[in-house]
Amino acid sequence: MADAPQIPDEAETRARWGAFAWTPDNAKEAQRHIDKYPAGRQASAVMPLLDLAQRQVGAETDTQGWLPIPVIEYVAAQLDMPKMRVIEVVSFYTMYNMAPVGKFHIQVCGTTPCMLRGSDDVLAACYAKGMKKGATTPDGLFTLTEVECLGACANAPMVQINDDNYEDLTEASMASILDDLAAGRQPVIGSQIGRRTSEQVGGPSTLKDMKKENHDYRGEWA
Amino acid sequence: MPNVTVDGIPIAVPDGATVLQACELAGKEIPRFCYHERLSIAGNCRMCLVEVKPGPPKPQASCALPATEGQEIRTDTPMVKHAREGVMEFLLINHPLDCPICDQGGECDLQDQSIAYGRGHSRYDANKRAVTEKYMGPIVKTVMTRCIQCTRCIRFAEEVAGVEDIGALYRGEDMQITTYLEHAIQSELAGNVVDLCPVGALTSKPYAFEARPWELKKTLAIDVMDGVGSNIRLDSRGRQVLRVLPRINEDVNEEWAHDKTRHHVDGLVRRRLDKPFVRQGGKLVAASWDEAFAAIAKVARSAKGSVAAIAGDQVDCETMFAAKSLVKALGSDMLEGRQTGLAYDVSNLGAVNFNSTIAGVEDADAILLIGSNLRWEAPLINTRVRKAIKRGARVFGIGPEVDLTYAVEWFGNDASLIAKLPKAATDAFKDAKRPMVIVGGGALKLDGVQGAAMGLIKTLKLVSEGWNGFNVVHTSASRMGGLMLGFAQTGGIADIVAAKPRLAFFLGADEVDYSGFEGSFKVYIGHHGDAGAHAADVVLPGASYAEKHGTWVNTEGRVQYSDKAVFAPGDAREDWSILRALADACGVDVGFDSFDGLRAAMITAVPALGREGLAGYDFSAPKLDAKAQMKLGGEIAYPIADFYLTNAICRASPTMQRCSSEILHGDEMLEAAE
Ligand code: SF4
Ligand code: FES
Ligand code: FES
Repeated sequence: MADAPQIPDEAETRARWGAFAWTPDNAKEAQRHIDKYPAGRQASAVMPLLDLAQRQVGAETDTQGWLPIPVIEYVAAQLDMPKMRVIEVVSFYTMYNMAPVGKFHIQVCGTTPCMLRGSDDVLAACYAKGMKKGATTPDGLFTLTEVECLGACANAPMVQINDDNYEDLTEASMASILDDLAAGRQPVIGSQIGRRTSEQVGGPSTLKDMKKENHDYRGEWA
Repeated sequence: MPNVTVDGIPIAVPDGATVLQACELAGKEIPRFCYHERLSIAGNCRMCLVEVKPGPPKPQASCALPATEGQEIRTDTPMVKHAREGVMEFLLINHPLDCPICDQGGECDLQDQSIAYGRGHSRYDANKRAVTEKYMGPIVKTVMTRCIQCTRCIRFAEEVAGVEDIGALYRGEDMQITTYLEHAIQSELAGNVVDLCPVGALTSKPYAFEARPWELKKTLAIDVMDGVGSNIRLDSRGRQVLRVLPRINEDVNEEWAHDKTRHHVDGLVRRRLDKPFVRQGGKLVAASWDEAFAAIAKVARSAKGSVAAIAGDQVDCETMFAAKSLVKALGSDMLEGRQTGLAYDVSNLGAVNFNSTIAGVEDADAILLIGSNLRWEAPLINTRVRKAIKRGARVFGIGPEVDLTYAVEWFGNDASLIAKLPKAATDAFKDAKRPMVIVGGGALKLDGVQGAAMGLIKTLKLVSEGWNGFNVVHTSASRMGGLMLGFAQTGGIADIVAAKPRLAFFLGADEVDYSGFEGSFKVYIGHHGDAGAHAADVVLPGASYAEKHGTWVNTEGRVQYSDKAVFAPGDAREDWSILRALADACGVDVGFDSFDGLRAAMITAVPALGREGLAGYDFSAPKLDAKAQMKLGGEIAYPIADFYLTNAICRASPTMQRCSSEILHGDEMLEAAE
């Protein structure tokens, strides 16, 4: 429970975010999400709207964005949902931030496959840059969170930084990613050892014929 | 009707029954935490595991599994035993061992079921999870480390109370139940989550650390906080009622009670009248019973029949009958129970009754509320309307717009709308098979509303074979009993004011406008030092509903009996004996000498009061003065301004005052603080 997010002081967030409203573009985008669902079922749009709101807050604060209470209530009002139901969604999913984060939100996967493949090294690289779990660095650049499996275990260990995954990490490659980000450069997204998606390391070893055509292997089955 | 066997017992169960219900029908106890027959099924505690064939060879959650033809259900196999032990052990991993300091102790499902189905020891020595307490308002105290995440409280708030204030934040092991930003639950039904919570996570704040359940004397009683007549149990120790719990009565309150019912009890021991008072030189001075009686007898002798009695909202039939007998013996029949000045026609009791019955509300398919803030006037009828809506009913309203926890199509606040209903309503009612009109007692104050509402019986076809959808909801527990006993003048209390009685008895009447009785010698017989006692010339301390046996008739005409839980404080006596002694002092005969004699005389006079259950009034719309209807129109005002402070007991209760200021006036308080 100790690392459950501390929701920031209500009065302060209300003063800062009480006047939150969609930008014209986001208003359109929000409506597009709502229109996907039949009338009366607009609550189904709660997740994309929260994401949109978090991004808008992010754009305004030059961070990954978070969801202050008035913003959550703004979404609730738009979808005609009880506030409690919306904050439940926000608190359930780790990708919604209930407290402010830095410009880069480093989510290190620490679940078993990643852990066996060296997530401790990845964390070490983060610690070396002065990060602490659940905290933002003083320069406002990085927030470190340890999360459970992000579904890229084949490329373990991995981190998710804002919208991108960085995979097949070592302590060194993680350090260089962080350096790049800090310097405003875009690091290579995805595998850091040059493999394509989650293909086998060293390239494909089976079903190679599939590369050229939709090869029918059935005749070769013994 | 699927046929199943439970532990080898063949049994046919109703369609749509679950395996858990099938087991119960077969007489097998199934332990459970999350399942509750009045809430939706969550299936998240896993305590109800049983073995079912055909099906996968593993234990199944019986609460969420439909019973189907040919199922073989076993609740007595080693697999089931192990499964229950396992679930119990999981639940206890994080549950604190603080039973000695937990208010739920002795009536805790977790305690009981771990004794019955648990292993008896623990294999865990790791640290337990701890959760911070959550603020939920003046009624509900939380110790959230004890929560087992059954979500009953969430489902109750959403489904029954209609207030989606409670929810679960975070997930997995971190899951925490809380109200939105820890605000007070904005519901008059909040106290029910205390009963629903199977562990000690939600307990009663006003009752915290007061008593253990086994020290309490349990008395069956009837609630007098509103006209619904909820069946309650008074738990008392020594001379004090410590808490009120609802009893199950499917026809009245199901198994709920609202917070006023539950928590007015601390008002029963405060501001009580415990000795007689006589006004001397403008001041009330403590007196002996004899002095008080002598003062009254002196006036009674010279009054020459100019005597009246006015009953308040929490007076039992026996007291009213005794007062009626006394007034009659003194040569008068001026009786009135509608203390706030209502004067509707009562020539036919069916026409001012809740005819569909409370349970019948669930069957309605179109409901028109006329000047009734049902949520405050009868919260447990309001929950029935919510059920009707779930079954597809539409609700319309005439009156000031209020939040009734469900969608109401409001037409506006103008009584003339009753006579010319908007098309939306007439269309909806045309197709309705069970149309219903609910008239708030307060709305009958306006001229012509009664007549216009009764006009709807015909135009909306409210009465048909086996259905009577014309309902009046009263807010006073003594209303229907009073009307049956003749506590009504044609012109209401105004008639009595106009008659300028020399002597007037006020039976717990605190809402009367006493300025009309300046010339009368006012005798207040009641239990609390409230408005009535302040205005009186003689105050006689009586017993509250908890301190006497009594007959009560609820707003649907249901006769119910309530028992005496404790003794009245100090010199206070049961009201009937006061009136009986007063008759002696005045030298008249009222025809009874004991409570049983009084009850027998009352039943002879009004036989319906002798039968528990619906009084069953004949129903026929009375002929009303057509002139009044001409004046139909104007704004309707709801009779209740503050739900938590509607009577003298509540006004004396610190808990109710706190509820009022925090829940109803919370916003104002915040603004004032800023
Ligand atoms: S607080 Fe009580 S009722 Fe609510 S989820 Fe926890 S155990 Fe269940
Ligand atoms: S374990 Fe790290 S992505 Fe699955
Ligand atoms: S009672 Fe069946 S899962 Fe809880």
